[in-house]
Amino acid sequence: MAPFDYIEIKVPAKPQYVGVARLTISGLASRLGFTYDEIEDLKIASSEAITNAVRHAYDEDEEGEIVVGCALYEDKLEIMVADHGQSFNFEETKRQVGPYTEQESDVQLLREGGLGLYLMETLMDDVKVHHEEGVTVFMTKYLGRERGEADVKQTAYS
Amino acid sequence: MNLQVDVEQNDCVHVFKIIGEIDAFTAPTLKEQLEKVADQPECQAVLDFSQVNYMDSTGLGVFVAFYKKVKAVDGSVKIVGVNKRLKRLFEITGLDDIVEIEMESGDSNGTV
Repeated sequence: MAPFDYIEIKVPAKPQYVGVARLTISGLASRLGFTYDEIEDLKIASSEAITNAVRHAYDEDEEGEIVVGCALYEDKLEIMVADHGQSFNFEETKRQVGPYTEQESDVQLLREGGLGLYLMETLMDDVKVHHEEGVTVFMTKYLGRERGEADVKQTAYS
Repeated sequence: MNLQVDVEQNDCVHVFKIIGEIDAFTAPTLKEQLEKVADQPECQAVLDFSQVNYMDSTGLGVFVAFYKKVKAVDGSVKIVGVNKRLKRLFEITGLDDIVEIEMESGDSNGTV
């Protein structure tokens, strides 16, 4: 038996579908038993990743699709967001996704894109960005690890 | 997943009541409404967030751009009705150090 349940949704790379994907993830997180605050964190982090993918599609003038893959484990939720419209072999893609480096141009683009990546990193337990045939963001949130004051003290502007 | 912005004007004070979710889809609506008054010198803008149930970096981006424009013409911006969640978002991003924020009335968790 697979160690996780896997749910994948594909949406057009248009802003009006960011909220649809967000609500889906909210529902899955609720199913797993995340707290209200954790679910709100997940909603923001996943929206940031999907919004980046939408922007990327706009910049490239593509009418693409965004694939959001969610793996539900007993103790964590893994979310993968890809801006190149291809379904994942989730396990295979997960293996390929390594820690990002500052040199990667698309990551730079994400950083310059504003607060998106910063919020993902602050609100999730782990975030990785992979660049190959588009950008894939892979992030994890564990059950029962409330992000504390220490995270709040770090700020983007100060 | 809609956003409504009601604007009330008393002399030089503009009160924006923002209702709904602020994300990549709805942020342009908010931006459009705010920009109508952003360049009026020495005016005060009050943004009422009490009925905002979701906001992410797209909303913060609109807000920062508006704040800069208003400051450039010696105006002021105040944010009111912020719930615990939104407060946290402003804290995480450091915006709470820059702009005046009033918590939602009756919210006991008003630690600054």
